[in-house]
Amino acid sequence: MSDNTKNLIEGRTGMWEVVLGLEVHAQVISKAKLFSGAATAFGAEPNSQVSLVDAAFPGMLPVINEICVEQAVRTGLGLNAEINLKSVFDRKNYFYADLPAGYQISQYTQPIVGKGTIILDLPDGSRREVGITRLHLEQDAGKSLHDQHPSKSYIDLNRAGVALMEIVSEPDMRSSDEAAAYLKKLRSILRYLGTCDGNMDEGSMRCDVNVSVRKPGDPYGTRCEIKNVNSIRYVAQAIEHEARRQIEIIEDGGTIKQETRLYDPNRGETRPMRSKEEAHDYRYFPDPDLLPLILEQSFVDGIKAGLPELPDAKHERFVKEFGLSDYDAGVLVAERETAAFYEQAAKGRDPKLTANWVISELFGLLNKEGKTITESPISAAQLGELVGLIQDNTISGRIAKEVFAAMLETGKSAPAIVEEKGLRQVTDTGAIDAAIDDILAKNADKVAEYRGGKDKLFGFFVGQVMKATGGKANPAMLNERLKAKLQG
Amino acid sequence: MSELTHLTMAAALEGLKAKKFSSRELTDAYLAAMEKHRDLNAYITETPDKARAMADAADQRRAKSEANGLMDGLPIGIKDLFCTDGVLTTAGSHILDGFKPTYESTVTTNLWRHGAVMLGKLNLDEFAMGSSNETSYHGPVINPWKRKNSDVKLVPGGSSGGSAAAVAARLAMAATGTDTGGSIRQPCAFTGTTGIKPTYGRCSRWGIVAFASSLDQAGPMARSVEDCAIMLSAMAGHDPKDSTSVDVAVPDFRKALTGDIRGLKVGIPKEYRLDGLSPEIAKLWDEGVAWLKAAGAEIKEISLPHTKYALPTYYIIAPAEASSNLARYDGVRFGLRVPGKTLDEMYELTREAGFGKEVKRRVMIGTYVLSAGYYDAYYLKAQRLRALIARDFTEAFKDIDVVLTPSTPSAAFGAGEQSDDPIAMYLNDVFTVTVNLAGLPGISVPAGLDSQGLPLGLQLIGRAFDEETLFRVGQVVEKSANFTAVPAGY
Amino acid sequence: MSLDTKAVAHIATLARIRVPEQDLAGLAKELNGIMTWVEQLNEVDTTGVEPMTGVEQRGLPQRPDVVNDGAMPDKILANAPEPAHGFFTVPKVVE
Ligand SMILES: [Mg+2]
Ligand SMILES: [Zn+2]
Repeated sequence: MSDNTKNLIEGRTGMWEVVLGLEVHAQVISKAKLFSGAATAFGAEPNSQVSLVDAAFPGMLPVINEICVEQAVRTGLGLNAEINLKSVFDRKNYFYADLPAGYQISQYTQPIVGKGTIILDLPDGSRREVGITRLHLEQDAGKSLHDQHPSKSYIDLNRAGVALMEIVSEPDMRSSDEAAAYLKKLRSILRYLGTCDGNMDEGSMRCDVNVSVRKPGDPYGTRCEIKNVNSIRYVAQAIEHEARRQIEIIEDGGTIKQETRLYDPNRGETRPMRSKEEAHDYRYFPDPDLLPLILEQSFVDGIKAGLPELPDAKHERFVKEFGLSDYDAGVLVAERETAAFYEQAAKGRDPKLTANWVISELFGLLNKEGKTITESPISAAQLGELVGLIQDNTISGRIAKEVFAAMLETGKSAPAIVEEKGLRQVTDTGAIDAAIDDILAKNADKVAEYRGGKDKLFGFFVGQVMKATGGKANPAMLNERLKAKLQG
Repeated sequence: MSELTHLTMAAALEGLKAKKFSSRELTDAYLAAMEKHRDLNAYITETPDKARAMADAADQRRAKSEANGLMDGLPIGIKDLFCTDGVLTTAGSHILDGFKPTYESTVTTNLWRHGAVMLGKLNLDEFAMGSSNETSYHGPVINPWKRKNSDVKLVPGGSSGGSAAAVAARLAMAATGTDTGGSIRQPCAFTGTTGIKPTYGRCSRWGIVAFASSLDQAGPMARSVEDCAIMLSAMAGHDPKDSTSVDVAVPDFRKALTGDIRGLKVGIPKEYRLDGLSPEIAKLWDEGVAWLKAAGAEIKEISLPHTKYALPTYYIIAPAEASSNLARYDGVRFGLRVPGKTLDEMYELTREAGFGKEVKRRVMIGTYVLSAGYYDAYYLKAQRLRALIARDFTEAFKDIDVVLTPSTPSAAFGAGEQSDDPIAMYLNDVFTVTVNLAGLPGISVPAGLDSQGLPLGLQLIGRAFDEETLFRVGQVVEKSANFTAVPAGY
Repeated sequence: MSLDTKAVAHIATLARIRVPEQDLAGLAKELNGIMTWVEQLNEVDTTGVEPMTGVEQRGLPQRPDVVNDGAMPDKILANAPEPAHGFFTVPKVVE
């Protein structure tokens, strides 16, 4: 493990290390549910996407959806994980209002995906590998609404039976930053693969965090599981609070009780979950309604052959092929759509210049307008044209910003705006020389000062000439001619 | 009129074809018999209106020469474990109070497609857990058979006790049953009727209230081997809605009834000759051997060494699966709800009131054997024994084609006689349960009467998906036994 | 091993079946009788025997990803003891 001193938390009795493992429930992108033909769409009327199987009516039987199997395998491959050609569905038995059968069909001892890895891109630019323990397929539960009636909870089974991938990490993370980076990277990979939309607001990605603390070098401490934290920000907050809570308890001479807790973002604290308090015993056993899931190696190989280029590979390629910095490459590959936008814009253009325009100008604009890259008012091709005009000296970078603003306002292409407004930069040496001569003549005193050693005045002359040419003088040419003329 | 209720299905089909009587007449005869013999408590729900409408439709099809189904116009009863659209379905339990499915089981759908007529829903042990039909919330079923010169009420066996009693007492031409450990074959043996538990995967389990999913199979119960063959052809078939249903073609099983078993190798498992096996049953078994030998079969002694462990294995696996299968009866979405202040209190009160004693006992056993710390010692151990029991058959079937055994260790017993001792009750299935564990087909054929005048059955066990051999050999037993007795008064 | 009343009460809780206090001892006796009987399985050495989960071992059939079920809230709620506004209801759960 790399040096971790920067992540340690200071307590009264010394430094503490927080140990984190994440369990992510990612909703599989599929039209129908894992074991029934009911729809999975979000936000439907209550109980309107529920089959007799989902509601566990007597005599109902599960039949697995092949796309969910494929998605799990695809995700496993995207996490560099072992695919188990034989896996088994088990029943996890417990009673709850939104679990109609009294058991969840899940995978226990033989999951579809085994050990894998994920590489975190940390805020300081460093990268770190975290182990994936397993990925298994299971059913989602329904939803209980507790605030609709004074003495009743209402049950909506639309979600019941939707396919989830439970992705379990090794306890390899040591800070809330790392946990956040893990979630961002996992979400990015899932979106690249098209296996989960990663939307935490709609609950299509949910996270349970296992938190324990220890003195560096000690064995693992007792962990608490914080359930269902529904944003990356809350995950980070919950970890900070939970780690502090555990450190305080131990430093006060207490011990940590292994339990399930909830994070309350309003109060900024975690508290034990009441319903999970009683000792649970899930009585897992193989579901006798389902046979073992047997996959052919050729099926797995076929999926592997069709995998898209994933963020890590793309990152590497952007650095190598386009000469981008690690930082720029990281920003551009985080979302599949951004990377695609960039690559399209950069086709035949200067890749670094294009990267700058995407990251600083376009992202700035999108951020301001609260839009995603797919909603960008300026297309990749349009941005590419703009970059092309800078590259072939038709306009300067400064003028380009003006053109960018006009593109946004009018929806017109960059060349059209440049023509219309006459923004084509002046590259005619005669015209530039004339403008320089004129300015030098008008400022003979300053020319003398400059020649007397006041170098700083160079900028003044540049500004004046630019102004005189309406900003259209080619900056490099201007610099060169001006310097020559001032030297006399 | 009453001769109509004594016809076999095969004979009735001939009569319908020859227009000697209509399906409506046949159906009305049965409806009248059902009304007359309500004291047997064979039916939980009678559906006379539905029956008449279905019979009339069958007659219309026949008038237009469109009667293409294998059972067109034949009135039958349905074990109340099969979900039937719009018709109360109870599984013999209080917990399904008022439950009217909005769907129809695959097996009954197949039967209606073949033109069968539904007379009603037949009584059973609660959730098919029992061997005497005394655990039903809707009361015990009475066996129409009586001991000579005795008025003692006898049990019809279980769990398909209502089905067996109805077929024996001529209250249905045939009936559906389900068999998890012997629930078709044991009541058939107790009532002088014929029933087959098909190979696991032969009939769809979709829409049948589950007891133990890896063991449950539906099958026909009727008054002859031929009738069972007809009905199984109609019931069976691959169902994509059941992941354990097997995609193999369903033969016309009647074609297997050639009567020719020359050269067939019949295995007699020595482990089935239990200490204390009733001499009458031992004698019947010997007679069965003699009949098959006389018909040209070759008899071989075989060994199924793990036989004695089948029942305890079953009484771990079946309750384990049941404890999970029955978790859905929680008062939330259908059936009985006993209000409680909290969710858990509602669950506990509903399930306390809704389940009977035997069901609770099995759910508790099943919960225990799956619970943390006991899973390996009980559940996993039982699964390993199950593998050994199945392997015994695989080995045996290398040398033989069919196994002959008694169906039950005794004839029908008196009501209440075994209900206080669960293990004594479980022993009823000692000859049948191995078949479920191995997933094989087994048929029970009535083969004689004991000294008290009660029917006894012989069981034939076959290779997976070789029901044809069972029907062929079963009919040879049937003919040799020449079993023609009918319970007095029916 | 033998099941005491405390163990039976725990099983009953796991199974969500209320067992009145006075019935626990009798039930424990019954369950012990059955468990003692099944323990004869320990006579058999099953080392190396693969557990048999079910009958068929051909692998799991799969269905295509097609929405062809589920749009039937009326049927789903038709048997519900106390439905309200399209929902099933239970006594309020406090989280
Ligand atoms: Mg988990
Ligand atoms: Zn999970």
